[in-house]
Amino acid sequence: MAAQDRTDRVLQGAPSRPRRLRRLSENAEAYLFILPAALVLAVFNLFPILYAFFVSLLRWNLIDPVRTFVGLGNYAELLQDPRFLSALANTTYFSVASVAVGLPLALVFAVLLNRTLTGMSWYRTAFFVPYVTSLAAAAMVWHWLYHPDQFGLLNYLIGKLGVSPQRWLLDPGQAMPAVVAVAIWSGLGRDIVIFLAGLQSITAEYYEAAQIDGANRWQVFRYVTLPLLSPTTYFLLVIGMIGAFKVFVLPLFLTQGGPLGRTFTVVYSLYQQGFQYFRMGYAAAQAYALFAVIFIITMLQRRILTGRVHYDT
Amino acid sequence: MARGSTITPTSSRPAPRRPWLTHLPIHVALLMTAGLVLLPYYLMVVTSLKPVREVFTDPFTWIPSRLAWENYVDAWNHAPFGRYFVNSMIISASETAGVLVTSALAGYAFARMRFVGREVLFTLFLGTLMVPGEVQLVPNYITIVRLGWLNSYSALIVPWLASVFGIFLMRQFFAGIPQELQDAATMDGASHWTFLWRVVVPLSTPAFITVALLTFLGSWNALTWPLIVTTTPEMRPVMVGLLSFSGEWGTQPRLLMAAATFSVLPVLVLFFALQRYFIQGIARAGLKF
Repeated sequence: MAAQDRTDRVLQGAPSRPRRLRRLSENAEAYLFILPAALVLAVFNLFPILYAFFVSLLRWNLIDPVRTFVGLGNYAELLQDPRFLSALANTTYFSVASVAVGLPLALVFAVLLNRTLTGMSWYRTAFFVPYVTSLAAAAMVWHWLYHPDQFGLLNYLIGKLGVSPQRWLLDPGQAMPAVVAVAIWSGLGRDIVIFLAGLQSITAEYYEAAQIDGANRWQVFRYVTLPLLSPTTYFLLVIGMIGAFKVFVLPLFLTQGGPLGRTFTVVYSLYQQGFQYFRMGYAAAQAYALFAVIFIITMLQRRILTGRVHYDT
Repeated sequence: MARGSTITPTSSRPAPRRPWLTHLPIHVALLMTAGLVLLPYYLMVVTSLKPVREVFTDPFTWIPSRLAWENYVDAWNHAPFGRYFVNSMIISASETAGVLVTSALAGYAFARMRFVGREVLFTLFLGTLMVPGEVQLVPNYITIVRLGWLNSYSALIVPWLASVFGIFLMRQFFAGIPQELQDAATMDGASHWTFLWRVVVPLSTPAFITVALLTFLGSWNALTWPLIVTTTPEMRPVMVGLLSFSGEWGTQPRLLMAAATFSVLPVLVLFFALQRYFIQGIARAGLKF
């Protein structure tokens, strides 16, 4: 490759005719290879990013040919819309809770699973199954599990411990924690698998050195494993928060956003405004607001955490 | 199940052989948690097989007196699930085939061809991963309406025929194929096209299986987009069908659980058959598809 680059550069001054032709045809061939993917991505991925912003400046219901340009009016409305603001607060609550509980839990199980014992891969599979199960079907099962009287399995089980039946998804205070629990259950396996990959990439010498220094198990975990695992933890934290802010299917199936709007989320609001009330501009503005929030949170995590992430060199 | 796993949990420390008993607490802890994680599956299957009178009981009925298979027949017949399944199969299969072809072609170009604008285009593609897919919902819906594609397979399939994740994964894999192979093929007069299909593709089976599985899974489980672009039952995939079914038959857990069971079955079978590719793909890429 390097030698070829050099010849290319030497020849760049006066490329011979057949050579230029060949390069032209290689370019054309490469574009043909990329064309199918590029076409789809351009129309349904890149163009819509710009178009969404344009639409967010309009008042438009799609059926009416009249589109009113309202500037940043939709964004101004967002900031005063109590339903959207509470959706944003609920989504933040959901995201922080599901990541703050889910990630440490995944780490504990990854460390437990990171050993050569029979049965470990069986446990890993058990934890992973919920991740490949459709959220829609899983939510239906959890809805039944959370049934609010003594017939629900969960109420039956806590009844065995002497706790009276709870209302779960129907209780304004319990509904969001109940939704968070389902989200953690669903994502745990993925986080464990990624943590395991991170744990296995730590070279044995670090552990040997720690052992020679007489470190106990907790010290090894605290001062060797945790710092060397920090790139994985950081990665999971970032993608976990991004994914959590887009929560929609769970409240759609479990609570329809209730009770008292306590599980109404940003994407739920976007769905309602755009595809039930057909307020295209307002929905697009909500999508961009979500984008902005996710972007800010990712940047904040970067600012605060990159100094603490140790990259093994 | 342990067989064939590529990411085997190996301790980095050379552990001395300990008697089995010392690991008992770990096994007990893991077994109990795994049981809790799988409890919803037990509830799903056991409810789906309960006779009507054993669904709402106090205390809970752990084992039904007989297996009420008729629940499956009832659930299947109470909604056009046959149609939903055909739709889902068509959508997921076409999407998977499409993503494999477009990703292989583009991935090959990015990995092994030299052309003007290669880095810029690749960065542009990767950049779209930073934008949450929800941003594209409204404009894509408008595009679909303008094309007259509402309630059509085109609306459900075409927007998903290319995947940045697929292109990225293929590019990484193709870049690892030795240059000598390409030189030899070029010497024999093979074009890029021939080299791709005759040499690169056969050497890249794991990459193809991983992309195919993750695409199929994502497509089968997708809800938001199909919910938006379908209004008639005839065009619904299974998961959107489940939503309307749960609205209609919400008071009958035995029917809901039967429907949930047969809806997740295709993906679970695929997962258990090829789980090492799933887990490897997730561990390596870590990206949600």
